[in-house]
Amino acid sequence: MSHEYVPEIAVDREGNEHEVQGWQDDFYGGKLGFWLFMFTEVLMFGAMFMVLAYYNTLHPQDFLDASASLNRLLGGTNTVILLVSALTMGLGLLKMRVGDVKGAKLMIVATIILATAFLVIKGFEWNAEYKHGVFLLHDKLLVGTPDSLPFGQKLFFGMYFTMTGLHGFHIMIGIGLMIWLLKRINAGKVSQDHHILFWNIALYWDIVHLIWVFVFPYYYMIGADGIQMSDFSMIFGGATNGH
Amino acid sequence: MSKSYFDETHCAIGHPKSTFMQWMLTIDHKRIGLMYAAVMFTFFFVAVSTAFLMRLELLAPGSQYIDGDTFNQAFTLHGVIMIFLFIIPGVPAVLGNIVMPLMIGAKDVSFPRLNWFTFWLYITGTIVALASLFTDAGFADTGWTFYAPYSINTSTNVIFTLVAAFILGMASILTGLNFLVTIHRLRAPGMTFWKMPLFVWGIYATAWIQLLATPVVGITLVLAIMEKYFGIGIFDPAKGGDPVLFEHLFWIYSHPAVYLMILPAFGIMSEIIPVFSRREIFGYRAIALSSASIAGIGYLVWGHHLYTSGMADTAKVIFSFLTFFVAIPTGIKFYDWVATMYKGKIILSTPMLWALGTIITFTIGGLTGVTIAMIGVDIHLQDTYYTVAHFHYAMLGGVVFLFFAGLHYWFPLVSGKMYNETQAKIAFYLQFVGFNLLWFPMFIAGYYGMPRRYFDYLPEFQIYHQVSFVGAVIFITGLTYMFVVFFKGWRSGEPSGTNPWNATTLEWHMPSSPPPLENHSKVPYVDFNPYEYHHGEPVVKFDYETMKRID
Repeated sequence: MSHEYVPEIAVDREGNEHEVQGWQDDFYGGKLGFWLFMFTEVLMFGAMFMVLAYYNTLHPQDFLDASASLNRLLGGTNTVILLVSALTMGLGLLKMRVGDVKGAKLMIVATIILATAFLVIKGFEWNAEYKHGVFLLHDKLLVGTPDSLPFGQKLFFGMYFTMTGLHGFHIMIGIGLMIWLLKRINAGKVSQDHHILFWNIALYWDIVHLIWVFVFPYYYMIGADGIQMSDFSMIFGGATNGH
Repeated sequence: MSKSYFDETHCAIGHPKSTFMQWMLTIDHKRIGLMYAAVMFTFFFVAVSTAFLMRLELLAPGSQYIDGDTFNQAFTLHGVIMIFLFIIPGVPAVLGNIVMPLMIGAKDVSFPRLNWFTFWLYITGTIVALASLFTDAGFADTGWTFYAPYSINTSTNVIFTLVAAFILGMASILTGLNFLVTIHRLRAPGMTFWKMPLFVWGIYATAWIQLLATPVVGITLVLAIMEKYFGIGIFDPAKGGDPVLFEHLFWIYSHPAVYLMILPAFGIMSEIIPVFSRREIFGYRAIALSSASIAGIGYLVWGHHLYTSGMADTAKVIFSFLTFFVAIPTGIKFYDWVATMYKGKIILSTPMLWALGTIITFTIGGLTGVTIAMIGVDIHLQDTYYTVAHFHYAMLGGVVFLFFAGLHYWFPLVSGKMYNETQAKIAFYLQFVGFNLLWFPMFIAGYYGMPRRYFDYLPEFQIYHQVSFVGAVIFITGLTYMFVVFFKGWRSGEPSGTNPWNATTLEWHMPSSPPPLENHSKVPYVDFNPYEYHHGEPVVKFDYETMKRID
């Protein structure tokens, strides 16, 4: 594929020439395709939010109680991390478009580090929840055990682990994509003039952080009312259920 | 003789020498479409055999050859293969892939490598789906709908089928995405949306449904897996969940999915009717827009599957009302086709026969669909053979019949050869008679209360099952014969030339038959409507070397 692609010319009956768009070198086609793909992601998470909203209307108090027991310090930190990572990714794309390849690579590495930090913090969070007996197929989320949670809280946590898990999976894919992107840049396949791959991975990363921007308030913030400031000092105090 | 796409190809990875690897790695849309066809029709025959097994079992009341559990697995296997492996990817993956880029004057789809990947994703899905046949727990026995809570509690291998349906859904999304971008970006210069052939319009509307509805069922299947294996509780009443929620989420996709099946098939009809009537299509824009509006309205009608689930009465009325609405654009299409034939020079070639047969069978299938969209009637007919007959009249008598019509229509394009017309017509009549004999008694049996998915029945229903059985034998005979005719045509048919039907759309203006690797020798400038006939002759003529108009 090293040779340059030359678009064909179609001639109408008056002899006017019209450039033919080929599938090769179609920047807008590539962008359109990826936007459409991102739309499917929105629909997937949208359906899960619908399920969540449905059970929220059935068990409003349980949802507030369950949400109150989540760790807002860790969740909030992760939100900030992800927002900053979206910024670094965007800056990387801007740098690539003005031809600053080294700066772009630096920004991608920064994004990878931030994404990894997100996963590590998420890991601590899940671990703490596990220790408190709140985990899928475990202790408080089982039915009929002495300390099993009420239905509403169980459903909340079931969806919480599903959605944050699926979101974490997207973060992992994102890290893989960014490492691949670095390799492509090093190989000279992604450059100032040919950066559709960079563009699309940046778009992917934007969707991933955008989904989190909705996940965070729905899980962490709806029960934030009435939380004492002192709770924030307990870094691993998540998932305690004092009610 | 010039080289065709059978002789050379582009590959996803490297430049393999062996013919086999060239096919495995090909990114040529025509080859990929052919491979889809080969795989799909293999599975189609597996599913037909399963259906015949069920017919055999139902020949008399009581247990004949298989027990009830096996029967449950048989109808699940039949449903899963027919729906997920055959009819959902069906027309877009085979004919859409082969014909659509040719129709818009493109060299290939927008993302040929993605197309290749999608094909192998599809193959992966089929392997996962069928793998559970060979495990201890056996194939799923839930029906293709996987209704909770039964699918959560059954001990059969539902996870294989769920994962497979998810993978096949991904493949479907990617196909739709690829076609959407292709239609938006790669149309030949001058070809506006209103100059696209109607098959392309059908594929376009379908692609939007594939893209917008499939993710919902994808995530529903993921949630069902999470429910079954991680106990998150959302569909299991024992854990506080709501099984009706599963039905809602499932049908939000799966009802638009039936329009996803039928719209490209309607597109085939819109190609065949003007060509074999030698007349410009009547109401081009109305047909194009009705495809789009069926896709849109089809999104809002899923609730008519849940009339007996305890849904709110207001919701039922609204869903019933919206369901009637789908019949309007569909009716517009049928009237337009009939009006196209009026005063046309009708040529009863095999594709036209299939199209005309479909007008009869789909009208029955469509109108019976309207009857069960009525709440009161549906309470009586829900889950009876009436519904089964309606579904098969619409899907087999609509989608698959038109799929066959399309196969006959584009067979000379793909192979460069012609099948034996007389034999193909015999195959049509056999299938048409067998089809009606097979399914029509089920309307009556269902009306008298024969429930679907039962492996035993009261003796009074035996006559209907016996007539159905006779119909099944005739139908399968015709079906097999049709493929024999295709096979013979492929092996030793007469060369067809580039435009055997005197058709007008771009896929028939090829420099050679079968087409060369990168399609048209030059991309034409499109300043004409897709179906221009004058006194029964095509108006637009091309010099096939330069692709300049010479009329």
